Amino acid sequence: MKHHINFKVNGDDYSLAVDPWRTLNEVIREDLNLTGTKLGCGTGDCGACTVLLDGRSVSSCLTLAVSVNGKSVMTVEGLAPSGEELHPIQEALIQTGGIQCGFCTAGMEMSALNLLNQTLSPSETEIKSALSGNLCRCTGYNQIVEAISMAADKMRDNAAEKEEQ
Amino acid sequence: MRLPKFEYFEPETLEEALRLLAEWRERVCVLAGGTDVLVKMRNGRLKPGAVIALERISSLNGIGFDLRKGLTIGAGAKLSDVTSHPDILRYYPAIARAARVMANVQVRNMGTIGGNLCNAAPSAENAPPLMALGAVVTAASLEEERRITLDDFFRGPGLTAMKPEEIMTSIFVPTPPANSGASYQRISARCGVDIAAVSVGAMIMIEDTVCREVRIALGAVAPVPMRALSAEAFLKEKVWSEEFLREAARISADESRPISDVRASLEFRKQMVAVMTQRALEEAYGRAIKR
Ligand SMILES: Cc1cc2nc3c(=O)[nH]c(=O)nc-3n(C[C@H](O)[C@H](O)[C@H](O)COP(=O)(O)OP(=O)(O)OC[C@H]3O[C@@H](n4cnc5c(N)ncnc54)[C@H](O)[C@@H]3O)c2cc1C
Ligand code: FES
Ligand code: FES
Repeated sequence: MKHHINFKVNGDDYSLAVDPWRTLNEVIREDLNLTGTKLGCGTGDCGACTVLLDGRSVSSCLTLAVSVNGKSVMTVEGLAPSGEELHPIQEALIQTGGIQCGFCTAGMEMSALNLLNQTLSPSETEIKSALSGNLCRCTGYNQIVEAISMAADKMRDNAAEKEEQ
Repeated sequence: MRLPKFEYFEPETLEEALRLLAEWRERVCVLAGGTDVLVKMRNGRLKPGAVIALERISSLNGIGFDLRKGLTIGAGAKLSDVTSHPDILRYYPAIARAARVMANVQVRNMGTIGGNLCNAAPSAENAPPLMALGAVVTAASLEEERRITLDDFFRGPGLTAMKPEEIMTSIFVPTPPANSGASYQRISARCGVDIAAVSVGAMIMIEDTVCREVRIALGAVAPVPMRALSAEAFLKEKVWSEEFLREAARISADESRPISDVRASLEFRKQMVAVMTQRALEEAYGRAIKR
């Protein structure tokens, strides 16, 4: 039996009927056509499928779509809603060369956002442990860690500027 | 690979969940954070006819602390809430640490402490510190509510003392005695993200340099998380010393019953039990004499 669910994705309301055995990852990618979120391992190990659920990072491959009824999801598409102006995390990743094939990138960005929502002055250790659930087969991680630290600085400056105004 | 098909229930009260459980019996699977259940379903080890999600039962999710009695953690409390709870950080740092060093951020944001215990892996991360601190879990069925000490809870890999018609509601941990301290230590191949190869929880109470109370619990070195009773008996009523500490660690390694598997060999595990036991006792001692 399909279940009717209402939930938000990147601020937009969705109302759909889903089979209970379908994962949030499947529904986001196949029904909503938001294919920025990837599917890697499907078992919680790689982080490619990371999204924010009510503000916290989760693996969409281990989340049942029915269970997000009434909740709010943010995917990588929500980071740069205009599709033109990039989020500071994304800009920094480009600058440091933290993106190669890009398969891990969406998940990395969501984990980085989860961290920067909690602190804008993370230590290197904090950045590394925030990324412990995200695997990258290409970059060797250093550029990604550097990018997040750079993005944090930028976001801190932006926040300070806003305060002054 | 897709998940197998199942019916889905999302009760909002414990009563309703227990009724569904009684109705569906062995064809049903209780789902908390799903970080064990969904993995098992995906690799075909679990094919339930129905799933009962506990997440919306708010009475299962709270964390409460009363200095005179102790700590009550709802079985459905997320691991990330356990690691950040101010009273747990202050009075039960070993519990906070176990929940913090396991898995990764996403899994800790989804997974629950009750799920970790009910899943009953020999390496269940939260078991050793909770056992060392004398935790008692509450299990509810339609007929009754009963308390099970964590020492009696684990019965084998994936097996617990709970009946199929029961749901774990909470975990109670008494307030640690004065002059006591506890610690959790673990080792795995790649620091945090993978399952512990050896883990140790320890609690000691010191009075005038004498160890009045000692509890040591070992994870991942037997079919179930186990107490190191001989090491405990050896240390009890002894004056704290480096020499006794090392001997207790050796005894603890002796009584552990590890196997060789992909994560570590039997010999390595035994040596690490000694090292982790020593570190856990040292840290617990340091905390005990500070308080
Ligand atoms: C990538 C990854 C890394 C991991 N790393 C670790 C690690 O380092 N250490 C570790 O110990 N574990 C680890 N795990 C395992 C898992 O995350 C934990 O065991 C977690 O705490 C399980 O909680 P859950 O809420 O997700 O349980 P679920 O998967 O929802 O349930 C687990 C089991 O408990 C039962 N259950 C759950 N709640 C109740 C209840 N209230 N009453 C009765 N039965 C119940 C379920 O029916 C099921 O059998 C990891 C998992 C993944 C995917
Ligand atoms: S696809 Fe979800 S963690 Fe790998
Ligand atoms: S850039 Fe290829 S996996 Fe990270």
